[in-house]
Amino acid sequence: MKFNKKISNLLIILISTIALGACSTAKKSGVGSGDVYTGSDTVKYLASGVKDRVFFATNSSSLTTASRDTLRKQASYLRKNKNLNVVLEGHADERGTREFNLALGEKRANAAKDYLMTYGISGKRVSVISYGKEKPINSASTPLSWSQNRRAVTVKTK
Amino acid sequence: MKKVFYIFVFLLFKINLAYSLIEVDITRGNLDPLPIAVSPLHVDIQSENFQNIKAKELGSLISSVIEKNFKSTGLFNPLNKDAFVQKPDIAHLKPRFEDWRLITAQALVTGKISINDNKLKVEFRLWDLAAAQEMAALAFTTTPSNWRRVAHIISDKVYERLTGETGYFDTRIIYVSETGPKTQRVKKLAIMDQDGENTKYLTLGNELVLTPRFNPTNQLVTYMSYFRNLPRVYLLDIETGIQEVVGNFPGMTFAPRFSPDGKKIIMSFAKDGNSDIYTMNLESRLVERITEDSSIDTSPSFSPDGKYICFNSDRSGLQQIYTMKSDGTSAKRISFGNGIYGTPVWSPRGDLIAFTKMKAGKFYIGVMRSNGTGERLLTENYYQEAPSWSPNGRLLVFYRETKSGKDGSGFSAKLWSIDITGYNERELKTKTDASDPSWSTLLSK
Repeated sequence: MKFNKKISNLLIILISTIALGACSTAKKSGVGSGDVYTGSDTVKYLASGVKDRVFFATNSSSLTTASRDTLRKQASYLRKNKNLNVVLEGHADERGTREFNLALGEKRANAAKDYLMTYGISGKRVSVISYGKEKPINSASTPLSWSQNRRAVTVKTK
Repeated sequence: MKKVFYIFVFLLFKINLAYSLIEVDITRGNLDPLPIAVSPLHVDIQSENFQNIKAKELGSLISSVIEKNFKSTGLFNPLNKDAFVQKPDIAHLKPRFEDWRLITAQALVTGKISINDNKLKVEFRLWDLAAAQEMAALAFTTTPSNWRRVAHIISDKVYERLTGETGYFDTRIIYVSETGPKTQRVKKLAIMDQDGENTKYLTLGNELVLTPRFNPTNQLVTYMSYFRNLPRVYLLDIETGIQEVVGNFPGMTFAPRFSPDGKKIIMSFAKDGNSDIYTMNLESRLVERITEDSSIDTSPSFSPDGKYICFNSDRSGLQQIYTMKSDGTSAKRISFGNGIYGTPVWSPRGDLIAFTKMKAGKFYIGVMRSNGTGERLLTENYYQEAPSWSPNGRLLVFYRETKSGKDGSGFSAKLWSIDITGYNERELKTKTDASDPSWSTLLSK
């Protein structure tokens, strides 16, 4: 299990690197690389320059280059603020069955958590919760809205 | 439920199978529904009011509920009462068959109610008008406040006699009631009679609740709740209101259903980005892991004999339907059409699996045989999912959401049902928006 997971994480990183290489001309805002949201509407900040969320492609829990950049900044912020704990909230868009989306949200939140741990954040400081498609941030039924809803949000607990 | 309702069957069905001429074929879409006359039940009660019930009106109230049930099937055409030619009491004794045939009725339901020792006594008869004979008769007593269930039980008996299938009218549906804007939905567990009456709320809406499902005796419900922000599978006793967490899992549990014998709950447990399927025995509290795969395994549903499980997994890349033995061995993929598949649920008859399918931006409710062959899509829409079987395996109830505008305007979630023939698609009216329906078994067996 553990072993499998490491391999699959490695694979995810590899694959997304390749994929991103292929679409480096992704649009500046809105839905870019695949259908991952690359804009900053709906994004909040944990601290100056530290975005609170990362976005995902449909049916995917792979981290993009931009997501990994965001998470490295979050990790560095958390390293500086040792008393801070966070919860990672995983979400899905409305275009999927409820139960599968709960699992997908959990997978996305854990993908982000694993990356924070790779950058030295103890797993004990990061809890995870999936809301599936239950808490959209944007309520429109459009591809842009769905891309903003496919997210993992890092929220300070104390 | 047992506490409040009891039936004493006085007369068993008199069955004249050999001679009856009418028969309703429900295996195909019925474009020519059977004309049926439901006479108001004759009221043999002196007092105007009994236990806050307008006793004199009960006879026509009961017949109206029966008519509404029949109409909802699409198989029967209840005739307008204005054309009825005989008084209820006389028709119940012996109808003048030729007069009823004149208004094109092929079957006639008559009845009589009276009150003895604070109990409501109900008799009814079903008449085959073409053959000029009685097809069925039944009498029972109950508490007067149960008059709606009286109507549903009569409907079931008539449906059973005319179609040869078990009925589904004396049943309830549990669902999630939804109110408020899309980004801040308030969700409560709600329960109603199959015809939309008697809605009751089982939770207050303080925490998010999802996917309620009945146990086989309809006294317990398993569902998912975010109580204290810990998403877990719960068990609720409908009569006592007592709720408890199912199992002691260190992470999210979801997608619960009962085993067909009611002894186990099967569900998913998600940890470290991996969801697998587990069962918990409600008596011994023993937890058993059923799948062990690094993919998402969820939405498990037992076959009615308890020997197999169908479930949803993305082990081949995208969401597909699989079956396996109940110990987790012999897993095999059964969905191979274009698109992705979710929420498989095994028919109470055992032959079919209902599912949600997503293809080219559309959502479908469909059925396939349990070996994956014979896929049939019953209905296409913008968004719909989560089918649940009627207890006789002839209908599916599911929920449908509409597309919303920029600020979430125009969004709604409603319950719908459809025959597995693909005909008779209709909305089940609910007091609020609604999702995640689960159909009970027959309340009186």
